[in-house]
Amino acid sequence: MTIAPGGDVLENPRRRDYLNYAAVSVAAVGAGVVVLPLVNSMNPSADVLALSSTEIDVSAIEPGQAIKASFRKQPLFVRNLTAAEIAEADKVDASSLRDPQTLEDRTKEGKRNWLITMGVCTHLGCVPLGAGEGENRGPFGGYFCPCHGSAYDTAGRIRQGPAPTNLVVPEYEFTSDTVVVVG
Amino acid sequence: MSFPWAKHYEPKQPLMKWLDEKLPLPRFVYNAVGAGYPVPRNLNYFWNFGVLAGVALVCQIVTGIVLAMHFHSSAAGAFESVNVGIMRDVNAGWFLRFAHANGASMFLTVIYIHMFRGLYYGSYKAPREMVWLLGVVIFLLTMATAFMGYVLPWGQMSFWGAQVITGFFTAVPVVGEWVQVWLLGGYAPDDATLNRFFSLHYLLPFVILGAVILHIWALHIPGSGNPTGVEVKGEQDTVPFHPYYTAKDGFGVGVFMIVFSILIFYAPDYLGHADNYIAANPLSTPAHIVPEWYFWPFYAILRAFTADFIIAAKLWGVVAMFGSILILFFLPWLDKSPVRSASYRPMYRIAFWVLVVDVLILGYCGGSAATPGIVITSQLASAYYFAHFLIIVPIISRLEQPKPLPNSITEAVLAKKGGSQVTETALSA
Repeated sequence: MTIAPGGDVLENPRRRDYLNYAAVSVAAVGAGVVVLPLVNSMNPSADVLALSSTEIDVSAIEPGQAIKASFRKQPLFVRNLTAAEIAEADKVDASSLRDPQTLEDRTKEGKRNWLITMGVCTHLGCVPLGAGEGENRGPFGGYFCPCHGSAYDTAGRIRQGPAPTNLVVPEYEFTSDTVVVVG
Repeated sequence: MSFPWAKHYEPKQPLMKWLDEKLPLPRFVYNAVGAGYPVPRNLNYFWNFGVLAGVALVCQIVTGIVLAMHFHSSAAGAFESVNVGIMRDVNAGWFLRFAHANGASMFLTVIYIHMFRGLYYGSYKAPREMVWLLGVVIFLLTMATAFMGYVLPWGQMSFWGAQVITGFFTAVPVVGEWVQVWLLGGYAPDDATLNRFFSLHYLLPFVILGAVILHIWALHIPGSGNPTGVEVKGEQDTVPFHPYYTAKDGFGVGVFMIVFSILIFYAPDYLGHADNYIAANPLSTPAHIVPEWYFWPFYAILRAFTADFIIAAKLWGVVAMFGSILILFFLPWLDKSPVRSASYRPMYRIAFWVLVVDVLILGYCGGSAATPGIVITSQLASAYYFAHFLIIVPIISRLEQPKPLPNSITEAVLAKKGGSQVTETALSA
């Protein structure tokens, strides 16, 4: 027999424990519902998410040259590979790489000379050198990231240093021989 | 600690008596840093650095609040508001900006000396583990705050520092990418990033202040340590904090301010990086990017991992870098030696100085370009850093034969001064 503080005899005292759990649960849900928007407010806002695609005219890029374009506020490398660079990329046994990919996997069919990658090192996000005229292209002739020494080859594949994957190839398509739409 | 011989607060003026009955705040201060707090009589100048860290924190908060009155937190306006508005137009703005920027270096300098003081004299050992743990928390908060502050001027180092440091989280499997986007509020550092870093850079110093209050509170339960590591045995071992250590700390603050002033007035950019005078360019990373000097040792550890081994090299680097600080949380339990002070621990003393040299080497590597020689040196120095805490210290604490400890603080003081045993006996009697 359980006696309530008022002196009443409780037939089923566990019903009060249930009230306790119910009240604390509602409070926990309430607190969670308040925390959620506080955390979520830091996720990308509507204007940041409203990012469209970028159109790039590649007609002026000669073989051996590259340009830096801006895609979703991040740098994008568009490189016109020379025959020697393509040959060098093909020479490598893809299965021996940290992130195994062939040049075929990284370019569009019939457009093997157009290497289009994000200019964002997959280590910690710096812009690798090599797109600009006279920049250090590293020991593998592609790109070299100055932040922590990651070296990429002529196909933008990671060959040396701490970066875990190849330079990311974004979604894109050629709408004509000289125009690429990225995104 | 309130030793039985601690002086008691006795308000004399009617107003202070009235206040003491309603809100005994003066009594609280008297017992915390006044004559009511007895402190070992043998503290050397390394015991100044706690107060200096407090002074540095206050300098940063005051100059920071004033600078926030003139700063525009937008990607389009931040660089100009700092480098033109504050530096050229705001009255004494150049002084406040240089004081705040160099104040961060002064803050981290005194914190590092403070920490190595603790490592040498065993200040982390029982019964002061909580003081040490809170100190490591303060250190982490300070680094986060300093990082976000450095982003605000929106120069090249600011922008790429924000990119790289939020990039640490992308090493975490599955959720990593999302965490970075959440931290940045976008896919690259931009307005959203700068604005939230401004808000958090303002908030965190007050969190640090709260942690500092807990740090001091935790220290005052067992009472201050001392260079012998021997606990206080009686009244003859202590002097009241005020006026003895308020005066000694005051002298230390004077020296601190002289060094601080030399930096501000004669070498304001010596510790900074020239590339932060170039406005942020999201399409180009500077060829010689390095973090602020006080992050160099940790940066070297991050860069030391270049090969995949079970997990990716990138994750190793990030885990090791955070691990190098988190390991400090376990130090009180890794060092089993009952003797606190390295003065009486011949083997630990050697290990301590090797660690100091090791951290300096790591710092040098972190500040240099990642050439093969520097990478190998960082790898060796990083390995030694972890070996020190995980292997060397635990082994030493079991093998070592400590030197005989003095019977009391007073005996140690008198032995140093060449006093005879007779005087000492007379004093303690």
